[in-house]
Amino acid sequence: MFSLGDLYQQVIIDHTKAPRNFGKLEPCNHDAEGYNPLCGDQLHVYLKINDEQIIEGISFEGQGCSISTASASLMTQALKGKTVTAFEQLFNAFHAMATADMDDKPDEEVLGKLAVLAGVKEFPSRIKCATLCWHTVKSAMDDAAEPARTE
Amino acid sequence: MNIKEIRQDFPVLHQELYGKPLVYLDNAATTQKPQCVIDAVRHYYERDNSNIHRGVHTLSERATAAYEASRETIRGFFNAASTKEVIFTRGTTESINLIASSWGGQHIGKGDEILITHMEHHSNIVPWQMLCERTGAVLKVIPMNQAGELDMDAFTSLLSERTKLLGVVQMSNALGTINPIKTMIQQAHAVGALVLVDGAQAAAHMSVDVQALDIDFYVTSAHKMYGPTGVGVLIAKQALLEAMPPYQGGGDMILMVTFEKTQYNDLPHKFEAGTPNIAGVIGFGEAIRYIQGISLDKIVAREKVLLDYATQKAEAFDGLKQIGTAKEKACVLSFVMDGVHPHDLGTILDREAVAIRAGHHCAMPVMQFYKVPATARASFSIYNTEAEVDALFAALKKARDMFA
Repeated sequence: MFSLGDLYQQVIIDHTKAPRNFGKLEPCNHDAEGYNPLCGDQLHVYLKINDEQIIEGISFEGQGCSISTASASLMTQALKGKTVTAFEQLFNAFHAMATADMDDKPDEEVLGKLAVLAGVKEFPSRIKCATLCWHTVKSAMDDAAEPARTE
Repeated sequence: MNIKEIRQDFPVLHQELYGKPLVYLDNAATTQKPQCVIDAVRHYYERDNSNIHRGVHTLSERATAAYEASRETIRGFFNAASTKEVIFTRGTTESINLIASSWGGQHIGKGDEILITHMEHHSNIVPWQMLCERTGAVLKVIPMNQAGELDMDAFTSLLSERTKLLGVVQMSNALGTINPIKTMIQQAHAVGALVLVDGAQAAAHMSVDVQALDIDFYVTSAHKMYGPTGVGVLIAKQALLEAMPPYQGGGDMILMVTFEKTQYNDLPHKFEAGTPNIAGVIGFGEAIRYIQGISLDKIVAREKVLLDYATQKAEAFDGLKQIGTAKEKACVLSFVMDGVHPHDLGTILDREAVAIRAGHHCAMPVMQFYKVPATARASFSIYNTEAEVDALFAALKKARDMFA
């Protein structure tokens, strides 16, 4: 059984208290709003993607629980400097990790530090907190008019 | 009143989660069910299951008798003038939609005003917004103060001959506030407005006499008063119901159907189209009898003691801010904590086997008023104990330490 400590690892607490890349990114060329109607978590993601399809800049702001804040913070660190294609791989890997069977080990090689969020799969009501920021980046890249939602 | 004995009536309470005894403090969302309610529902399905009102066979007669006995029990509990005034619905939400659609469709027009309060549940906001959109009527909102009490001066000035309906929650599910409905009803009636009282949260925690209070429409749900989910009631004055068109058409609500014309059934059946939640209604009646068996007055007194105990603990707890500190309140402790989001509190407390609610409690305007995205809410019932309140605060301390 996963314990609370598996979910609220020190890394997550740290990122909750001091989220990285927090605030508006200027200039940016893509942004989107994400909203989790269940929890009221709300975030805004800003992206600067250059002509080579590399994420040069990324930031977020908003309010949410520690899982959604830490997940967004860790995500911005993971994506900075990555290509759009690499984002898609990470998105899929993250999604697979968050919804995997209990016994599946996260693919740490691909996910790196993001693997600390693997504990959410034991807490079904919290999975959306972790995945909201990823859906929001996807909407930003697609320049979606509607806010990203987790349901 | 012996809490230990009462707890014995609720089988669900006797279990462990994560190796710790369950502490159920989400009673404002739904209460647990006593064995007698479970047995009544089970008995219906095991012995009496059949459709009601039309069957001439024994099972149908038994089922009909049990269903109508619930109606009489509920009439008596709320002191309605007649069982014709007691309409079974799917719950408070459907009861309000019935009023908005049937009465509202008939009586509300452009420029009319519907007055509600800032602390309504979404179920007493959205049906009126929908009606206003359809008719061009205007929705007005009575403001509240920081304690979560209605601004009664503002209420008085919002009332006018344009006000056609006052919709007011008797007890707020998000804040615990008990509103002064007696005065509000008198004032609303003085300008010719009707009054809808949303008793979903209040009905298990305070007595209501619809005649003494002169309530036009009273609505509540069984599942917040130890009864089954999916069943509730609308109690309304007979003259109003007689004049209202049916809400839904179908079986049971008719006397005579031809392709040219249908003659509607008498009250209360006119508003009960289709096969109802028979088992639910039977369980609802049993739940009321359970409350009556303990006595609502004793319940009110006991719950006040427990809320006072919890409130004192909350006041002494560093970093905890209560949301909703009305002078008149019951059974609800809504709060936020420095540095720990309500959803994290919800998860951490769950692993301590303490069940609370975290979220907007279907009262987003209340969250907007306090400028918080969500609150954590512990809500109490007759079976809760001081030891469980202690367990709540021990778990909160754990959460605080975790994020320290």
